[in-house]
Amino acid sequence: MDAIRTLDATDPAGSSGPDRSQRRRVGLLHRFANPGRFLRLAARLQPWTNALALVLTGWGLIWGLFFAPADWQQGDAVRIMYVHVPAAWLASAGYVALAVCSVLSLVWRHPLADLAAAEIGPVGAAVTAVCLASGSLWGKPMWGAWWVWDARLTSVLVLFFLYVGHIALLRAFDEPQRGYRAGAILALVGAIDLPIIKFSVQWWNTLHQPDSITLTGAPTMSTSMLWPLLISALGFSFGFAAIVLARLRAAVMEQRLRVLLLSRGNAAAGAPS
Amino acid sequence: MTHLPYIAGAYGLTLGLAAWLSMAAMLRLSRARSRLRAVEQRGGRMGGRRP
Repeated sequence: MDAIRTLDATDPAGSSGPDRSQRRRVGLLHRFANPGRFLRLAARLQPWTNALALVLTGWGLIWGLFFAPADWQQGDAVRIMYVHVPAAWLASAGYVALAVCSVLSLVWRHPLADLAAAEIGPVGAAVTAVCLASGSLWGKPMWGAWWVWDARLTSVLVLFFLYVGHIALLRAFDEPQRGYRAGAILALVGAIDLPIIKFSVQWWNTLHQPDSITLTGAPTMSTSMLWPLLISALGFSFGFAAIVLARLRAAVMEQRLRVLLLSRGNAAAGAPS
Repeated sequence: MTHLPYIAGAYGLTLGLAAWLSMAAMLRLSRARSRLRAVEQRGGRMGGRRP
């Protein structure tokens, strides 16, 4: 755990804040975000997130695929909803997580937030790709077209490009810190796409249907379809968390390995480590 | 079941990608863990000198 302590010793918050309560808040943030504690907590959480992801996704998808009723207009094609809608929700939720990590990185310069953003990006891009592809497979039999330049579809495509741009930007610099800063700025600027995705079906006359589930109103779908959808969405969310958690644990260990090898190399060369 | 190829395509793609991402993450984690353990043990054998 020594290399982790080396990482822990970096004080990205700085000690310039004169206000004691602010320092306490920052201290609390770092207490729960330092890599050593993160590894211990994540190792305990990983089996639970894996198990919940498997059980809930399996339950939701089997229910949706074999036991939920077919739609009176769409027939069985509506069953694509049980993978498409959770993927769409997670595509946006993943980007919110990316934006939160970016704020933590830009304001507190915490290395764990940088690593988390770097690991969320590829998973978010994959989920957005699933959303676009499953939507296309749903659109072809319903609309007669694989793709239309509809406001909802186009704004989700922009989200996919934002994820890909974030991944590319992180790798575009020789110095990782500059890549993290640039990626964080892109992620925050790109967050403007999230309300556009959400409200696109209200602001513009789109081929994509309006939201069936909202935070304020009652759902416009039957509970026999709603329950498997919610269970599937919960399972997908745990799956997303489990994959990001495993990738982030690996990234922290790889970082630790680099620090260890570098300090040993410096010690062997007689340089101050 | 109507529209079966489209449904099978959507589920196959989703589950396939999820399985690939999960396997890749778990393999990366186990590789990082074993490499770290090896380097830490090698450090321990070198007279307990810590960086």
